[in-house]
Amino acid sequence: MESLKQELKTKIIETLNLEHMTIEGFDDQDTLFGDGIGLDSIDALELIVLLDKDYGIKLTDPKEGKTIFQTVETMATFIAANRTK
Amino acid sequence: MKVCYINGSACISAQKTVDSEFLKEVEINTTETVVFAKQPSYTEVIQPSFIRRMAKGVKMGIFTSSIALKEANLEIPDAIITGTGMGCLEDSEKFLKAILDNDEQFLTPTSFIQSTHNTVAGQIALGLQCKGYNFTYVNGAVSFETALIDAKLQIESDEAQSVLVGAVDETAQHIIDLYQLNGTLKKQDDLAFPSSNGIILGEGASFFVLENKQKENSYAILKAITIVNSLEVNELQAFVESFLKSNQIAQHEIDLVILGSNGDLTFDNYYEQISQLFENTPQTYYKHLSGEYYTASGFGLWTAINIMKNQIIPEVVRLNSLVKDNYQTILLYNQYQGKDHSLLVIKKC
Amino acid sequence: MSKKVAITGMGIISSIGTTIEENFQSLLNNKSGISTIENLNTIHKNAIKVGEIKLTNKQLAQQLNLLPENTFSRTSLLGAIAAKEAINKAGIKNINEYKTGFISATSVGGMDLKETYFYDYYVNESNRKYINSHDIGHSTHQIADYIGLKGMVTTVSTACSSAANAIILGARLIQSGQLDRVIVGGTDSLTKFTINGFKTLMILSDTNCMPFDQNRKGLNLGEAAAYLVLESDDIVQNEQKKVLAYVSGFGNANDAFHQTASSENGEGAFLAMQKAFVKANLKPEDIDYINVHGTATLNNDLSEGRAIIRLFENNIPDFSSTKAFTGHTLAAAAAIEAVYSVFAIQHNLVFANLNFKTPMEEFNLIPQTSLKEKSINHVLSNSFGFGGNCSTILFSKK
Repeated sequence: MESLKQELKTKIIETLNLEHMTIEGFDDQDTLFGDGIGLDSIDALELIVLLDKDYGIKLTDPKEGKTIFQTVETMATFIAANRTK
Repeated sequence: MKVCYINGSACISAQKTVDSEFLKEVEINTTETVVFAKQPSYTEVIQPSFIRRMAKGVKMGIFTSSIALKEANLEIPDAIITGTGMGCLEDSEKFLKAILDNDEQFLTPTSFIQSTHNTVAGQIALGLQCKGYNFTYVNGAVSFETALIDAKLQIESDEAQSVLVGAVDETAQHIIDLYQLNGTLKKQDDLAFPSSNGIILGEGASFFVLENKQKENSYAILKAITIVNSLEVNELQAFVESFLKSNQIAQHEIDLVILGSNGDLTFDNYYEQISQLFENTPQTYYKHLSGEYYTASGFGLWTAINIMKNQIIPEVVRLNSLVKDNYQTILLYNQYQGKDHSLLVIKKC
Repeated sequence: MSKKVAITGMGIISSIGTTIEENFQSLLNNKSGISTIENLNTIHKNAIKVGEIKLTNKQLAQQLNLLPENTFSRTSLLGAIAAKEAINKAGIKNINEYKTGFISATSVGGMDLKETYFYDYYVNESNRKYINSHDIGHSTHQIADYIGLKGMVTTVSTACSSAANAIILGARLIQSGQLDRVIVGGTDSLTKFTINGFKTLMILSDTNCMPFDQNRKGLNLGEAAAYLVLESDDIVQNEQKKVLAYVSGFGNANDAFHQTASSENGEGAFLAMQKAFVKANLKPEDIDYINVHGTATLNNDLSEGRAIIRLFENNIPDFSSTKAFTGHTLAAAAAIEAVYSVFAIQHNLVFANLNFKTPMEEFNLIPQTSLKEKSINHVLSNSFGFGGNCSTILFSKK
């Protein structure tokens, strides 16, 4: 799970071009959307594609993302349980 | 009818045009077929968390519009109008390439969103929280001119008291490749300006603040502007004469003619014709500094208003050796590949 | 507003008809043009529904009598057909006899050619003639050349509000006297670029779209072109032109909320509609029919609905979205919907909002679900695009 979380942090920073962030400064519990890291609905769509492309998980309803993408922790838990890749 | 003043401006280009004296440090390109804009430090003007998603054109647009507004001492304009020839090309190419390379799978929205041509105007409005009139024109070499026509109409008819109007275009690898393939670009071994075929491609952004009141640092009055889609060379004289007449400007009143000569021998005859028409008038050009792109005339207007402000023609833009004591009325002419002709007159305040 | 601007001719091609008459008949008979895509090869073929014009580029080119070696994109082909019809219907014999302009709207331009030849250009010289079509203004030039116009020619591109904005600029240029006559409208064809782009935003429906319905799933993309001929009072009088309707008001505002989504209370939409009323010197109660933007996305219909309620309060006029007929035709949308608004005025009809079953739970807005006859003097047409671009046009009988 630890390595998955690290992997996720790297991918999030890369995919969303979060140039001002480092993996070390990225806490598992940081809120990804809204007041935390400050991601928005377009980023959510990017993360949905990431889930599909890298982990083989297809989300059909963007609203599902709300619970899954709360933190790196919740993302990792969901991916570990549902990944097909 | 209200008068239209140009009260603020900023320009990003292949030259040092940010935070520097007007055309003081200039680099003349003699080796490249493409000249890239000098990118300023965007973090001074845009929050890092927003920059991450922004296309080059969006960053250039936000930066120059911000400086222009500051210069005009204006926080939020009544309207935002932009012109772009190809929009945010890099993102457009990126998205298309992804579609083709990945068989329409695993695509993400960011580059699609930025490829919509009004993304610069939209992002500027978002940043300023400006809920006013917001238009974008995308028609080759009159994209910026149409924006000016609209902006001027807004001011003169009292629809707006202030308009932020600008021009943006960025280069991208695929279009550079294509222009090389179809002969639009000059050949690497024949870059002579103007005695060879093809253009030197450029990119950049120029933004201006137009207002209905004169301010202490007003550059000029935007007096008249017209565009036409196509003309033969032998129709140019009538075009110019008709334009000047309908705006009550006598030909001898023109103190300076600025030509959008882009060094392309194939279409240079248009510029030659205008040059001959005004053979007793000082003439300048600018695309040897900015490169050619659909909205390069934004750079042209930027040089015009600075010449008017300083009342001096920098040596590096002179086409002939004629000078005048006083530059009250400046005429700009532009066209691209025989189409999208424009005439623009600015007057001293 | 000092002068209303007369509409003296119209032309249209969409998935519900290739002419004015055909489009009208389809609306009259509730005949939708939504189907499965055939002309384009996309992996999403069976996951989307579209408003496709069932004519190939070859057939369109033949209709225009173009030579086989022409470089027209599909967008230009559609545009030329509609522009030609508009000019004929306006009784224009000499396109250059007055100060004339052509203001076209497009978002895709020649993208179909770009998609097809992206890699081919590197290896095949013969197709490089299409490279010039990569700037979307090129399609406007091609159409202007086709109709033989020499004058003020330009292109508006503000996503889904583009054609409304073309109409707005055209009207203002007539009002200011800078032009005597202007052909305004828009054209967009279906492309893999837009289909995939909208798919990434997850706002496409896999079924026929249901505007303003609680169970709406998203939009159906479409393709179309439509143009209106606007003429000054002088021309109308001198030539005794029959006026179909007037552009009596318009407004453009920016939502300034998000790059693609609309604000929850529909601020941009509200401001645009409000501006249009001020311009026209009309009040909400004067409106007989609203042709809503109604794309059937979760976001738009909610946002637009809220804006309508804010403006009209308890007196919501009959309204419908005709996008269930044609799909969302992007930069052409406001143009085809302008044509339908004029139909409404000419024939005193409100067209149906197809596929509606269940009202949205957020408010009590019920669209007109069947063709309705009533006296129509003023129509309001909304079009909202990415970048927060919101436009409203008011059309009037007199």
